[in-house]
Amino acid sequence: MASAASVAPAIAIRDASYHPPGGPTLLQSLSLEIATGVTLVLLGRSGSGKTTTLKLMNRLLDPTAGELLVEGRPARDWDPIRLRRHMGYAIQDVGLFPHYTVERNIGLLPAVEGWPATRTRERVRELMALVGLDATLATRYPRELSGGQRQRVGVARALALDPPILLMDEPFGALDPLTRAELQGEFYRLQQRLGKTVVLVTHDLREALLLGAQIALLESGRLAGLYTPAEFLRTHDPLAVAYRSAFTAKNDGGTRPPAARAGELQ
Amino acid sequence: MNLLDYLLAHPREVFTLSMEHISLVGISVGIAILVGLPLGVAISRRPAIARAVLGAVNSIHVVPSLALFGFLFAVPWIGDRAPRMAILALSLYALLPILRNVCAGILGVDPAVVEAGRGLGLTDAQLLRRVELPLALGVIVAGIRVAVVLAIGIGTIAAAIGAGGLGELIFRGLAMVNDSLIFAGALPAAVLALFADLSLGWIEGRLRERV
Repeated sequence: MASAASVAPAIAIRDASYHPPGGPTLLQSLSLEIATGVTLVLLGRSGSGKTTTLKLMNRLLDPTAGELLVEGRPARDWDPIRLRRHMGYAIQDVGLFPHYTVERNIGLLPAVEGWPATRTRERVRELMALVGLDATLATRYPRELSGGQRQRVGVARALALDPPILLMDEPFGALDPLTRAELQGEFYRLQQRLGKTVVLVTHDLREALLLGAQIALLESGRLAGLYTPAEFLRTHDPLAVAYRSAFTAKNDGGTRPPAARAGELQ
Repeated sequence: MNLLDYLLAHPREVFTLSMEHISLVGISVGIAILVGLPLGVAISRRPAIARAVLGAVNSIHVVPSLALFGFLFAVPWIGDRAPRMAILALSLYALLPILRNVCAGILGVDPAVVEAGRGLGLTDAQLLRRVELPLALGVIVAGIRVAVVLAIGIGTIAAAIGAGGLGELIFRGLAMVNDSLIFAGALPAAVLALFADLSLGWIEGRLRERV
């Protein structure tokens, strides 16, 4: 066990299980460590437990067995509000506050943290520039933005308090392929610059390979494997192989529908 | 005899009774909002209790309004004065639409938005004040609108227990078989209801289009 906080991983999950009362087991004895400054991708199909794992990290859910350590401290000892403000949280574009302008969406957390208005406004401007949003969009409402712009607002909002950890649940999920590739590239460069610890949930192998320093492959609530992108491309693990062939088939086929994916993974 | 005769001959009396009517309705709906808002928020958090509470409040509507006004004679302090009874009865009637819409409005907020707010680190109170209530406001105003229109109509019956308001002209007209007198009470009541409905409907529309 690490004694100094500096060597403790940003997040450590030890033998965590989660099954809601009366429901199926969503997560089974998962152990995972995320080193500070590293981007870890949770890859898996729908229902594999990746979103559940993410929600354990900011205590939207608490494990029914096992434990989590955040920066060496048990998650249960953290005040959930402080813990969440210590981690940015970005989900698909539906999570923006529809009654707030872009400016207020991004500036909400600084405002509730009691920042003076001028400092909040400055921070919002800085963040909008950082994620590539034109300053003229500040007074727009989410419904007046394109999908790509909304995602950028979501990322900017998650970064508002400059948290050392960033949790992202399919942040680029609802985008058309071109905008998606564009934002993935931008996010990659942003991540190189900011050096935050990032946990990113996706079912998109390309996204996982592009953005992840590590890829945790989940299946039926269990960790099926932990790879670097290079390892993932080489491994003979049947599940990883299935993922690769599903995505290669999709790319080779060009117009072939991705429906084949589910079948090949059975 | 012209229907407008009494109204034109006694404008001051009609005006005074209209004001009485407005204050009865205003105070009653005000009380219903003060009770319904926090109670609606509370039951929106506990769906099991929500059903029981809404059922209980709903059962008030089963009691014929004239009888409800009568029952309140027996209640200490309230029964001493007719306006008190009228206000309590009208508040009880106005409570249901408000309570139901506060609850439905909050439960109707996109769960993804609420979860994003929670995940970002908003406290329950911040989430309620900054996200849930503003987004539910259109639905809540719709409930208030129903409550006001309902209270204006039922409020005319309050005159039966001597609480005043426009019902006084209607009951007098009924007793004297005088259409012009009935009309002098019914027309202002209808105009009030229409005005309240349109103006609150306009506010509701403005609030809903933001979302």
